[in-house]
Amino acid sequence: MNQFPHGWGRPRDDVYGAYDASYLNSTEPVTHTQRPIVTGTSVLGVKFKDGVIIAADNIASYGSLARYDNVERLLQVGTHTVIGAGGDISDMQYLHLLLDNLLIREQYPADDHHLYAPQVHTYLSRVLYQRRNKFDPLWNSILTAGADPKTSEPFLSYVDLRGTTFSAPALATGFGAHLAVPILRRYVPDDAAAEALTQEDAEKLVEECMKVLWYRDARSGVTYSWAVIKKDGVETGNKKIENQSWKFAEMIKGYGAQNI
Amino acid sequence: MFRNNYDNDSVTFSPQGRIFQVEYALEAIKQGSAAVGLRSKTHVALVALKRNAEELGSYQKKIIPIDKHLGVALAGLSPDARVLSNFMRQQSMASRLLYKRPVPVARVVNAIADKAQVNTQHYGKRPYGVGLLIAGVDETGPHLWEFQPSGQILEYFGAAIGARSQSARTYLERYFESFPDVSRDELVVHGLKALRDTLQQDRELTTDNTSIAIIGIDEDWKQYDGPKVKRFLDLLGEDGTRSQRAARMDTAVDVGGEGEDDDELAALLGPQEGTSAMDTTE
Repeated sequence: MNQFPHGWGRPRDDVYGAYDASYLNSTEPVTHTQRPIVTGTSVLGVKFKDGVIIAADNIASYGSLARYDNVERLLQVGTHTVIGAGGDISDMQYLHLLLDNLLIREQYPADDHHLYAPQVHTYLSRVLYQRRNKFDPLWNSILTAGADPKTSEPFLSYVDLRGTTFSAPALATGFGAHLAVPILRRYVPDDAAAEALTQEDAEKLVEECMKVLWYRDARSGVTYSWAVIKKDGVETGNKKIENQSWKFAEMIKGYGAQNI
Repeated sequence: MFRNNYDNDSVTFSPQGRIFQVEYALEAIKQGSAAVGLRSKTHVALVALKRNAEELGSYQKKIIPIDKHLGVALAGLSPDARVLSNFMRQQSMASRLLYKRPVPVARVVNAIADKAQVNTQHYGKRPYGVGLLIAGVDETGPHLWEFQPSGQILEYFGAAIGARSQSARTYLERYFESFPDVSRDELVVHGLKALRDTLQQDRELTTDNTSIAIIGIDEDWKQYDGPKVKRFLDLLGEDGTRSQRAARMDTAVDVGGEGEDDDELAALLGPQEGTSAMDTTE
């Protein structure tokens, strides 16, 4: 008889042998995501007069290798929202799964209540912040773009792997935050400027920024997806960067075989 | 020994297809004092009659706020209503945290209906002994729901639960067609008039025993108790005194529901509606 309380209710060691707890302790420590593996680069978003435009290229890089060139990084969520994700592609795909399931659940009551961009953005921020508090973050930075179907009010907001959120009339993630935002802000410094911006100008602006990124961001791609969200819904498409000029490259020295 | 073998638990049907424990729970609602709810295009109002167990005691709360856009009035066991309203508050907070969205009224009502239904299908559980009127405003406008311990929920233009609530329902049935376009205060006055009809002959609506709550599309939940009720009781005017009411009730009995203020609705409803006063309680 084992007199120690910790042995009560357990198989007796003298009959069954000591409990083999080895499988409980794996030889490796528990690990969490510590770096992204297959990554997407920038996402751009700009508010304009009666909507938002969002764009992201189709490259998924494995380190510096452009491993896949046909990855869709924009996802339409419901009728008036599009999210664009940079960072780890598999984490992005997991978020797409979460959002798909969320949307299906939201349809069940069929009660005329829908999730729009502000709700989707808040949901994403909660998920990302919860994961960062588990020290197992989803390694993404995400733009949520949408328009209110009643008021036509555009919505554009950012959330990243730490759960940090902020909002601005023009936003970009990743390298775009360094290369595209200064250009975007020249045209859309504040909400008033966004309200004055036409859709055509907004599209041109995004096109220009995607071109700058194609020139200067070595993880970017030549094809990209775009989406325009307005009162009546979402319009999407694909584009290729045209009228390229690499003349400036002739000036660059110090790389590769060159006779100085 | 037992008069009825089919009312010992809430999982056994009687041969007539009834579940007595659930029906007893519905009786518990009728033991509680009355609560009335009604809706216009822009507002929902709840009015309720509070009871005190004894002269020196306080009055039992009848209206519970859930959120800025949502609240309930109860009739029946108030501890059960606390459990349900606490649950609704949790749902409401969860919705605000996760989606930054005030919880849609129909969703939270469905959630308590599911909770109540479970209690009618598991051995050892008992149905909630409380009925609720849930008033709320969301994206789809103002809403008034009735909740019953059976797990049944229904949406209403006007509804009344609790003791002698049939009289209030009769009032609402007469006037509800005018509700959509009435003002906020007129809606409350209609509610008070309906509530007044549930009173016993020697009772009156006072600032002590009347609770009022109102929400609108552009107006957060507001609740009026005690002295703040006076403004609305004053709107009832002379018509609100005991003798006036007695006179009105007498004429109502005599001529089958033609009170002095019934002129326009007599035209509105036509002749056959006067009989609704004789409808039996369900």
